[in-house]
Amino acid sequence: MNVRSQVEKIPAHPAASSIPFRHYFQAIGAVVWKDLVAEMRSRELLSGMLVFSLLVILIFNFALELDAATRVSVTAGVLWVTFTFAGTLGLNRSMAVEKDNGCLDGLLLAPVDRSVIYFAKVIANLVFILLVAAIVLPLYSILYNVNLFNLGLIWVIFLGAVGYVSVGTLLASMAVQARTRDILLPILLFPIVIPLLVAAVKASSGFLQGLELAAIQPWLTLLVVYDVIFTAVAFMVFDYVVEE
Amino acid sequence: MIEVHRLVKRFGPKVILRGVEFRVVPGEFVALLGPNGAGKTTFLRILSSLARPTLGDVRISGYALPGQASAVRQRLGVVSHQPLLYGDLTAEENLRFYGRMYAITDLDQRVHAILDLVGLANRRRDLVRTFSRGMAQRLSIGRSVLHDPEVLLLDEPYTGLDQDACDMLDGVLRQVTSRGRTVVMTSHDLVRAANLASRFDVLSRGVILASVARQALHQDGLLTFYREALQ
Amino acid sequence: MQAQPRVLTILDYASALLLTLATGMVFFYAPTEAVMGLVQKVFYFHTATAWVGMLSFTVSLGAGIAYLRTGNRRWDLVVLASVEIGMVFMLIAIIMGSIWARPIWNTWWTWDPRLTTVTIMELIYAAYLMLRQGIEDPDRRARFGAVYVILGFVSVPLTFFSIRIFRTIHPVVIGGSDPQATGSFDMTARMLQTFLTSLVVFSLIYVDMLWHRIRLGELADKVEQLKLRLS
Repeated sequence: MNVRSQVEKIPAHPAASSIPFRHYFQAIGAVVWKDLVAEMRSRELLSGMLVFSLLVILIFNFALELDAATRVSVTAGVLWVTFTFAGTLGLNRSMAVEKDNGCLDGLLLAPVDRSVIYFAKVIANLVFILLVAAIVLPLYSILYNVNLFNLGLIWVIFLGAVGYVSVGTLLASMAVQARTRDILLPILLFPIVIPLLVAAVKASSGFLQGLELAAIQPWLTLLVVYDVIFTAVAFMVFDYVVEE
Repeated sequence: MIEVHRLVKRFGPKVILRGVEFRVVPGEFVALLGPNGAGKTTFLRILSSLARPTLGDVRISGYALPGQASAVRQRLGVVSHQPLLYGDLTAEENLRFYGRMYAITDLDQRVHAILDLVGLANRRRDLVRTFSRGMAQRLSIGRSVLHDPEVLLLDEPYTGLDQDACDMLDGVLRQVTSRGRTVVMTSHDLVRAANLASRFDVLSRGVILASVARQALHQDGLLTFYREALQ
Repeated sequence: MQAQPRVLTILDYASALLLTLATGMVFFYAPTEAVMGLVQKVFYFHTATAWVGMLSFTVSLGAGIAYLRTGNRRWDLVVLASVEIGMVFMLIAIIMGSIWARPIWNTWWTWDPRLTTVTIMELIYAAYLMLRQGIEDPDRRARFGAVYVILGFVSVPLTFFSIRIFRTIHPVVIGGSDPQATGSFDMTARMLQTFLTSLVVFSLIYVDMLWHRIRLGELADKVEQLKLRLS
């Protein structure tokens, strides 16, 4: 085959490490794109999360027999419980894909900083969870006859999702390497994510009930503080979780 | 090219590698033989920077592991039992993904060239999920040389392949190693190894017990050499 | 197997003795509080054990960071020992608190910030133990444990603050100015002495147990090594 000479002629690398900075973001982009494309093809993760969310909401409907007035006050709680539980499905799946095919090794072999894997996974998980929220919210509005098209609420969901995914991705990386993988992630995640949950529920509730911003402000601050602290901590310890 | 000096690897109380000495010059093709549980996979994982040595020195192309791991990874290609490919992506997409991870210039051309090299050009748009194990393994080798590494590490590449697939793999390996790449391959299959390698080392009970160059072996001498080394 | 060091034996006796002393102080030296009566005496050991719970949480954080920095197995043992002991002491503190709460607040339990946070802390401890249980490789087990302890430690103050914005009925003994809180009281000199003695005694007991538990862990490791050598 004359291919050999073809392969030899093409230079593989850019000269020296001329663009390491750009490469960092290129690598993150590559991993995120890979996750999104793979998920769009199989749709296992999204459909699993979606169906699960709807089932949880359905169960709540029967478990909590609510009149119209009480419904508004528990909506925030129901929504966040749903996201919290469905989220663990997504987190688990996302890491399991890498672990089961040994693909994690493929990522670790690449000449990029380990944090690329962490940030890329966080972004991909964030996209998935927000997609699910985007579908669940309108459905919930219809089923429960509650108006959820509220800018403040959407903002809270975004902030909450960021914090959840930051911690969750890190913990999922650990849980997926244990024998008790499926049950371990919720056990590890839920105690740590409680401040986020409390703040998210109170803030969501505040926006839905139309409270003024001053009353909701402390919760929003707590959300942002949580997000910043945990993203930083997770970023710092991620190396220890993936190296052997 | 590869220098390993007094390498020790422990997993908790268990000692897997007990002071391995290993040296490979550029262009050599070393077949690393040994019984199950000898530590071949662990050894290869350390060489590929996926595992850290407990004690000892490891240098590849002059760069030390684990300190200069990033520089080493740029120059390393790895093939393991698992193909390290994403089933939900096409062959082409898999290669493009890795190409971006390795910051390869002229990615399109390179991907096409590699697909041709491993004989999968006509399956470029098919999902890897649909590939047979032999095809996946060939693509995996393509993936490993995408960035034109100086060193290639292969861990039991023939596992789970039928005769035809093995022959095809042989062909690809010959292509890929003819350029003077340094190769370390672990294998159970003495016959296959005998055809490709220029040197044979035996790893057992955590150390390299014996080493012999191809020229020094008589015909069918490999099996004798192996048996004797293990005693 | 070495016998336990002299200092540890002395510590054992000292702890037992001082515990008796402290108990004596609680029942005979400290005066009975006017409003709450006899049940108030639970306070001394309740705060002391809660204090040990917090202390061990902090120790496990320090040890966790030390482990990640140095890779020395010793630190991992310290983390494990500290978590186990802390869990037990915290549980004792919670139970004692309940005993105190029933006659004073007319309820066994309440979801105020302090109690809620402490419950979550217990759950984090339990999660840590379950994490360890699920991982075979000892190095990985230690590393993951350390990472989780760090995350847990960071989350606890945030948890506390998030719930504090609700009203509390937990008595604030040192400082605190919430007039709604029932069950708070001022300490006389004797009460203060008893209180401080209890704190010191329980800290000593903690160190004693920690040492024993670390020793136990090291001996277990040794047994593992010997087993491997035999096989």
